Amino acid sequence: MSVALKGLRRLAPQLVTLAVVLALIGFAFPGFFQLNWQNGRLYGSLVDVLNRGAPVALLAIGMTLVIATKGIDLSVGAVMAITGAVAASLITSDMPLAVTLALTLLVGLACGLWNGALVAFLDIQPIIATLILMVAGRGIAQLITEGVILTFNDAGLIFFGSGSVLGLPMPVVLWLLFGVLVALLVRRTALGLLIEAIGVNRRASMLSGVRTRFLLLTVYATSGLCAAVAGTVAAADIRGADANNAGLWLELDAILAVVLGGTSLLGGRFSIAGSLIGAMIIQAINTGILLSGFPPEFNLIIKAAIIVVILVVQSPASQSLFVYLRPERRDATPVTRERPAR
Amino acid sequence: MIRAKYLPLMTTLVVFVLAYAICIAQFPAMWSTRVVANLLTDNAFLGIAAVGMTFVILSGGIDLSIGSVIGFTGVFLAVVIERAGIHPAVAFVLALVIATGFGGVMGAIIHYLKMPAFIVTLAGMFFARGMAFVLSTDSVPISHPFYGELQSLYFKLPGGGRLRLIGLVMLLVVLIGTIVAQRTRFGTNVYALGGNLQSAELMGVPVARTTIGIYALSGFLAGLAGIVFSLYTSAGYSLAAVGVELDAIAAVVIGGTLLTGGAGFVAGTLIGVLIQGLIQTYIVFDGSLSSWWTKIVIGLLLFAFIALQRAILWLSEHRAGALRTRPA
Repeated sequence: MSVALKGLRRLAPQLVTLAVVLALIGFAFPGFFQLNWQNGRLYGSLVDVLNRGAPVALLAIGMTLVIATKGIDLSVGAVMAITGAVAASLITSDMPLAVTLALTLLVGLACGLWNGALVAFLDIQPIIATLILMVAGRGIAQLITEGVILTFNDAGLIFFGSGSVLGLPMPVVLWLLFGVLVALLVRRTALGLLIEAIGVNRRASMLSGVRTRFLLLTVYATSGLCAAVAGTVAAADIRGADANNAGLWLELDAILAVVLGGTSLLGGRFSIAGSLIGAMIIQAINTGILLSGFPPEFNLIIKAAIIVVILVVQSPASQSLFVYLRPERRDATPVTRERPAR
Repeated sequence: MIRAKYLPLMTTLVVFVLAYAICIAQFPAMWSTRVVANLLTDNAFLGIAAVGMTFVILSGGIDLSIGSVIGFTGVFLAVVIERAGIHPAVAFVLALVIATGFGGVMGAIIHYLKMPAFIVTLAGMFFARGMAFVLSTDSVPISHPFYGELQSLYFKLPGGGRLRLIGLVMLLVVLIGTIVAQRTRFGTNVYALGGNLQSAELMGVPVARTTIGIYALSGFLAGLAGIVFSLYTSAGYSLAAVGVELDAIAAVVIGGTLLTGGAGFVAGTLIGVLIQGLIQTYIVFDGSLSSWWTKIVIGLLLFAFIALQRAILWLSEHRAGALRTRPA
């Protein structure tokens, strides 16, 4: 109970932000919170936010772990395009659904392993290592789709985009499931702590016996896997693989979601739940702007403003200013990191 | 050590010459000053922006905003010239001032808030693109006679090639960039920052001024690239030049600049840009290849050059015997 409370307190800023954004939209559009139950599933703007935010939420899960190691994965958008193309081309060449999904995930995993190998074994900076796949990835995706938008009609694959389980859209179920799974995996074991250790000081954690290379490889592989799921969802959603536009600039949204979620870009501190809430904040803002009739172009400026605010709050310079302004809290602040439960 | 310093640049040069030789072997028509002149003209905006990126990367930073700044400048020029009726020359100055100030502010945020350049310039990228959208979401054509005059200026090369004004501007920027990097105090400071920020600070390099200067320079050159791009297309479109920052980073890396900062040459960047242009020209000449091969080949080249950099670094460490202190 106390763990849950502590978790809630840590996520308070994100939850408050999400609540404020939703309240603002709800205030302007009273019908926003209306939920209907039709044909065995939920409908409504809120469900729509959860559903539309699925790709970013999925990407944010992997991105959180990557950023926690002080890395970054720029290639996730391109990996989405590749895996979407793989899924579409396999299913249109009459492969069984299970084989298609398995191969798609495998391709995503391979992309992640490639990034991870560059970072872990060649010691290349993450930005640049993942830039290679970001640049080349869309070309590869085009190669797979042979330059056209591959459309498909397989009901099984489409289910991942527009189907529903227990009344919730399938993409929502997927990101919730993935989020819980990964969060439990890293927080109920020592993995999360070790990942944070790499983020704080890779060299020191290696010297103290952490298998940094293996962990980095795993972390980037997870990110690739998440991108593969996101790519499948995005392709299933439009019933086709668009190598040019699938996941375009979503890596930036995913990074923004992670930063919004309170994960430090300087590594060493992460929260998967925070990132997921961050993804929902972004989607809520997108939906709100669309609803309010403002041109969607304002999205970008609002996102820029959000980043700047977070930067100011997160920056070491202003943190030291906070400490200076409130000296009485100095001894209460140091222990904020969650410890894995024994 | 001196040879290791020039090795990436030399490799880039050899790759370019070899690639060009292969192109000519296959399409003899590519051995023409027309092709060379077009190579320079078509990639002028990328070259100019990439020079700014070279300085940023030399200092150990990154600037993701340049594509958006190019797009913004184009739209700004179109709107100011066509809708507000301001003379293009005045509009150019205004655009450059805005772009430079924008870069300077990002530099100040990076320095004073001590945040990663990556995320600050990401915000800048969103902001500039958003402002471009706010100004106009349509493609605005520019039909001012001054544009026609500037576009008709060219320098005739032997063999019928026409080196247009914008190609010349790029060559000039590369030349000045080289001089600034190699022969001025600012340039030395940039290298010092990239080599080791802490040491540079302790040695008395004005870190704040240099950091702000670097990003302001990158902003200025992105603005100039925007002007060139607007002259090239005679229009301003808010979705123009999306992803140019990636091409510019690729050009800088392929040009042999060390990604961790501190080593590299502006001239290498020019060759990096030309290699990218050459791939595109080859695809045009071939006719059957799709343009997405450009991206794949550039990705491969990026990987090859990064691997080469690691190898050089590893070798020089090995030679210095520093490997003992650094677990492999």
